[in-house]
Amino acid sequence: MTQELRINNKKFIDQTNRLSFKFNGEKLYGYKGDTLASALLANNIHLVGRSFKYHRPRGIMTCGSEEPNAIVQIGNDPSLTDPNVRATEIELYEGLEAFSQNCWPNVKFDIGGINNLLSPLLPAGFYYKTFMWPAGFWEKYEFFIRHSAGLGKSPTKPDPDIYDHKYYHCDVLVVGGGISGIMAAKLSAENNNETLLLDDKNILGGTTIYQNNDCFTIDDNHTNYWLEKEIKNIKNIKNLTIKTRTSLAAYHGYNYLLAKENITDHLNPDERKGKIRQRLWKIRAKKVIIATGSIERPLIFNNNDRPGIMLSSAIKKFIDFYGVKTGKEISLFTNNDSAYETAISLKKSGVNIVSIIDIRDESSSKIVKEVEKHNIKIYWNHTIVNTEGYRRISFIEIMQLSDDGSGVIGKKIKLKTDCLGISGGWTPMVHLFTQSGGKLKFRSDDNVFLPDKNKTPSDQISIGSCNGDFDIKDIILNSNKDVKTFLGIENSPFDNIKVESSKEEKKRNIWLLPSDKPIGKTKPFLDFQNDSTAKDVKLALREGFKSIEHVKRYTTTGMGTDQGKLSNMHALGIIAETTGTNMGELGTTTFRPPYTPLTFGAIVGRNVGEFFDHTRKTAMHNWHVQNKAQFENVGQWKRAWYYPKNGESMYDAVQRESKAARESVGILDASTLGKIDIQGTDASEFLNRVYTNAWSKLAIGKCRYGLMLNEDGMVYDDGVTTRLDQNHYIMTTTTGGAANVLSKLEDYLQTEWPELDVYLTTVTDHFSTISICGPNSKKILSKVIPDLDLSDQNFPHMSFKNSIINGIKCRVMRISFTGEHSYEINIQSNYAKHVWELCMDAGKNYNITPYGTETMHLLRAEKGFIITGQDTDGTMTPSDLQMDWIIGKKKFDFIGKRSLYRSDTIRDDRKQLVGLLTDDPKEILEEGAQIVEKLNQKPVEMLGHVTSSYFSPNLNKSIALAVMKSGKKLKGKKFFVPMENKNINVTVTDTVFFDKENKRLNA
Amino acid sequence: MFIINCPYCGERDQTEFSSGGEAHIVRPKQPTELSDDEWAEFLFMRKNIKGIQFERWNHSHGCRKWFNVVRDTSNDKIHAVYKMGEKPPVNK
Repeated sequence: MTQELRINNKKFIDQTNRLSFKFNGEKLYGYKGDTLASALLANNIHLVGRSFKYHRPRGIMTCGSEEPNAIVQIGNDPSLTDPNVRATEIELYEGLEAFSQNCWPNVKFDIGGINNLLSPLLPAGFYYKTFMWPAGFWEKYEFFIRHSAGLGKSPTKPDPDIYDHKYYHCDVLVVGGGISGIMAAKLSAENNNETLLLDDKNILGGTTIYQNNDCFTIDDNHTNYWLEKEIKNIKNIKNLTIKTRTSLAAYHGYNYLLAKENITDHLNPDERKGKIRQRLWKIRAKKVIIATGSIERPLIFNNNDRPGIMLSSAIKKFIDFYGVKTGKEISLFTNNDSAYETAISLKKSGVNIVSIIDIRDESSSKIVKEVEKHNIKIYWNHTIVNTEGYRRISFIEIMQLSDDGSGVIGKKIKLKTDCLGISGGWTPMVHLFTQSGGKLKFRSDDNVFLPDKNKTPSDQISIGSCNGDFDIKDIILNSNKDVKTFLGIENSPFDNIKVESSKEEKKRNIWLLPSDKPIGKTKPFLDFQNDSTAKDVKLALREGFKSIEHVKRYTTTGMGTDQGKLSNMHALGIIAETTGTNMGELGTTTFRPPYTPLTFGAIVGRNVGEFFDHTRKTAMHNWHVQNKAQFENVGQWKRAWYYPKNGESMYDAVQRESKAARESVGILDASTLGKIDIQGTDASEFLNRVYTNAWSKLAIGKCRYGLMLNEDGMVYDDGVTTRLDQNHYIMTTTTGGAANVLSKLEDYLQTEWPELDVYLTTVTDHFSTISICGPNSKKILSKVIPDLDLSDQNFPHMSFKNSIINGIKCRVMRISFTGEHSYEINIQSNYAKHVWELCMDAGKNYNITPYGTETMHLLRAEKGFIITGQDTDGTMTPSDLQMDWIIGKKKFDFIGKRSLYRSDTIRDDRKQLVGLLTDDPKEILEEGAQIVEKLNQKPVEMLGHVTSSYFSPNLNKSIALAVMKSGKKLKGKKFFVPMENKNINVTVTDTVFFDKENKRLNA
Repeated sequence: MFIINCPYCGERDQTEFSSGGEAHIVRPKQPTELSDDEWAEFLFMRKNIKGIQFERWNHSHGCRKWFNVVRDTSNDKIHAVYKMGEKPPVNK
C-alpha cells in the first residue's frame, strides 16, 4: 500500500528516512518523525480498535495523550510487549509492530460487536444490576466478564528493561513547551533562575510551531517563524535545562512533582539495547509555571464515534505537522472559530472541504471571512443529526437547529464525506493545578474551569491556554505579564512584541446536540473508550444519582485510560442542564495523578530483584548455605529454617533436629533477635516501667524474661534482659519486633519520661548469638571455653558470665527457649562464624545438630512457650496467655498496667491460650484452623483457632496451642476442628506438654 | 509530599519522618487512679481535624528525635515546628 495521502516536504517529517512497520500483521511504511497514528492515516487506515463495551469500530480521534480510541498493543514479545499504548503518542521506528486491542478474531470482524446490537440491553450500571444476584453466582459470571473485559494484554515474563530515578532540585520548573512555556522558560532562565523546561513531545513548540496562518502573526511574521527563532535561542541559555519526551505525571504538595522521561521508546529494539528505557524525575521546584495548554472538545451528537470522525485540531496537526491528509472529502462541524483554521490548512494543502456545519448563527471574525473567500459552503445554525458508515464514516445528515437549539427543523440534507472534523471549543488542562490542591473557578462565557489564583496552594502560576487564554494575542501578552510578576522581573524582551490575531466573538454551546430521532434511539457518545453515552448519564440522573462522582462511577464516564480528558466536560454539562444546576456549583470530578499512565517499571526504578528490599544475613549465613539450610524470611532477615540431609523432607528434618536437641545437643543461630543496649543511672527504673514484672532487685550478672505490653494492655513483645552492671542492661527482643521496640522505647524516653537518665543503642548487628542446647551442651561449652566454671553454683540457669574465646571477649548467658540445659554465646559478629565452627568441632562426638527456626518453634511449643506474633495477635493480654505470674501487681505503674482491668480486659469469655491434643495422636492440626463445639449448628459458633501445631517426636504425638473463648475453664473438654473433608476430635489441655517440672534445665 | 523543618537537622523530605499522631496528650501520672472512662479518653480518643492540628513527628530516618508540628491537614501547610516539652508557638 502506498502512502497516498502524504503531502511532501513537511519540515517535521524526514522523507529521506523511510521506516517499515506492521499493523495487525500488514507491512506498511511511514517516515522518521511520524507517530504510529500519522503513519496509519497516511496509509488511509482509520479503523484501529474496538470500543470497550459495545465493540463498535473506532478510529484515531486526536493527535495527543487525550486519545480514547487508538489504543494499541506494541510488540508481541512475552516480556517486552506494551499494552494500551496511544497510537498518537508513540513515535514510529523501523520494525515497530502494533496490534489492535479488545477485538477477536480481528478488528474488522469482531465477535464482541454483537454487544452493539444488544446495546439497548446494556444500559448504565448493567453489570451492577445484573450480576449481583444471586450472590453465590458471581464466581460463575466473573469468568465470562473477565474474559471479555480488559484492554491490552500484560507481558507474561519479567521486564528486562532498565528504569531509572532521578532527584532534581530547581528554582523554576516550566511544564509545557508551547509558546507560553517557551516564553516563561526564557524569562526565568535569563533572570538567574535554574530552570527546567519539560515537554512530552519530541520537539518543543506546542501547536504554534506548525501555525502558519496569515491571520495570526508576531512581528509581522507567521507565529511558527517567530517561535522557531525563540526555540533556537533558548537552547543556548546556560541556566536552562530542556527535557523533551518527558511528561509530567503528578503534582504533589510543596512543589514536589513526578515526570516520566521516555529515553528509548522511540528507538528500534536494536538501538535500545543496554540503555535505560524510562526515567522517573522526582522534582522539587521552588516555583512552578504550568503551561500545559488545552485540548479540543468533541461535539456530542448521534453516532459521533465512527472511524473518520476526529477532532478538528487533530486534522490540522496531521496535515500541517505530519503532512498527512486524513481524508479526501472532509467536513467540519463546529461551535467556534478554531475549525476555520483547520479549513484554511486543508485548503492550502488542496484537500476538498465538503462543508462546514456551524451551530452558530454567524461569525464575522477575520478567519471566518478568510474561509468564506474560498467558497466553502457553511451551514450556519445547523447540526449533524446522524452519521453513516460502519468501519469508516461515509455520510452525514444535517438539519437546521430550532430557535432554542433543543430540536431540529426543516429538511434533512445528506452529505457524502470520508472524514469529519469536530470542534466543541477548548478545555484548559487544569489537571496539574488541581492535583497540587488548587481550586477551580468556572467561566460561563465559554464553559471552562480555570485555576483560581486566590486558591493556589503552592508557589505556582498557570499561563497560556491552560489558564483560559485561547487567543494568541492574549496568550503572549498575559504570559509575559504574569511571568514577570511571578518572578519579580522588570523588563522583558517580549514587552514590545506586536501580535495580530483573529478575535473570536461569537460563541454558542449545546452540550447534547438534538437529532430528529428521540434520544432513546440515538447513540451520542460521551466517553468513547468506555462507551458511555449522554443517554446513560440521563438514566443515572433519573435513577437518583446526583453527585458527579457517583454518576461517573455508575456510568463509567471518564474512567478509561484517557481519564475522561475528552468526555468529562460534556458529562458535567449534561448533568447541569438536566438537573438545572449551575456548572460552577456542580464542580468537577477529582483529577488524580498520573496525568498520563506511568509504567510500573518507571515507578519502581532500580528497586527490583535483590534491590527491592534489604536482605539481612547473619555472620554465619554462608555456613548455613554450605550446610544446605533452607531459609525463611523473618522481616528482612534470612533465617536458617531447617537443614535437610540426604533429600529429607522438611517434616523429617525437623523431627530429626528436634530429637537430637533433646537427646544430645543442638545448635541454633539466634543472631537475629533484637539486642538493645541500655545504660544510665535510671536504667532499672526504665525497665520497671516498660516491662510488666519487677526489675529493681535483679542482681548484676542475672537474666530475666520480660513481657512488654502496649498501653492498651495487649502483649507487644517479649525477651530476656540481662543485667551486665549496676547501670547497664542488654535487652533482647523478637526478631521482627526489634526496630519497633526500639522506636517505642525511644518515644517514651523522649516524650513521657525525659527526666530519666537512660540511653538506648541498638546492637543487633554488632553481636551474633550462638545458642547451644541439650543435655550435652555443657560438655560442648567446656571444650570451647575451658576456663569457664560451668557448675550450677557458679553459673546457674538465668545468669551470665563475661568470658574469652581465643582472646575474643564474649558474653555467655545460661538461658533457655527450649526447656533444655542451654547456653547462648554472644560474640562480636566478625568472629561469630569462627566460634560457631569451634562449637561444631567440639560437638563432633556428640552428634551436634544444627537446627533452624522450625525446630526452635517445635521445641518451645513442647514447653508451651509463646511466640509473640504467632500465638498472640495484638489482642492478647498476659492473663489471656495464662501468664498472670509475670504481672508485677505491686508495681506503681508500667506501660499497659491500667488497661489490664478495663471492663473489656477482665471479661472471662476472652480468647485465652490453651493446649490442644488430638484424640488421634498422629493427626496434626492446621495452624489457623477453627475450633467448634457443635457440628450441626448453623451458623456454627467459632470458639477459637489453632495458633501453633506440630508433631512432637519427643512425645511421639501431635501437640497444638490454640486460643479459645473462656479457654482457661475448658481443660479436659472435647471439641471439633472441622476441616474440608473431616472433623478432627480434640481435647483441651494444659499449655505445657513436656517436662512440666522443668527438670531438664539443670540436667 | 511535604518538607519538614526538623528542629535538630533542618529541612528534610517527609519520607525521612514518621508521624506519631496527635500531640499534647500527656500520659497520666497515676493511671491506677483513673476510672475506665478517663483511661479510655487517654487511650483511644484522638482528634482528626480538618484544619490546624498539633501532631507529633519523629525524624525516624535521621536524628531519631521526636518533636511537635503544627500542620493544617487541609493543605499540609506547616505553621510551626517545636521541640518536645516546649509550648506551642501558635495558639492551640
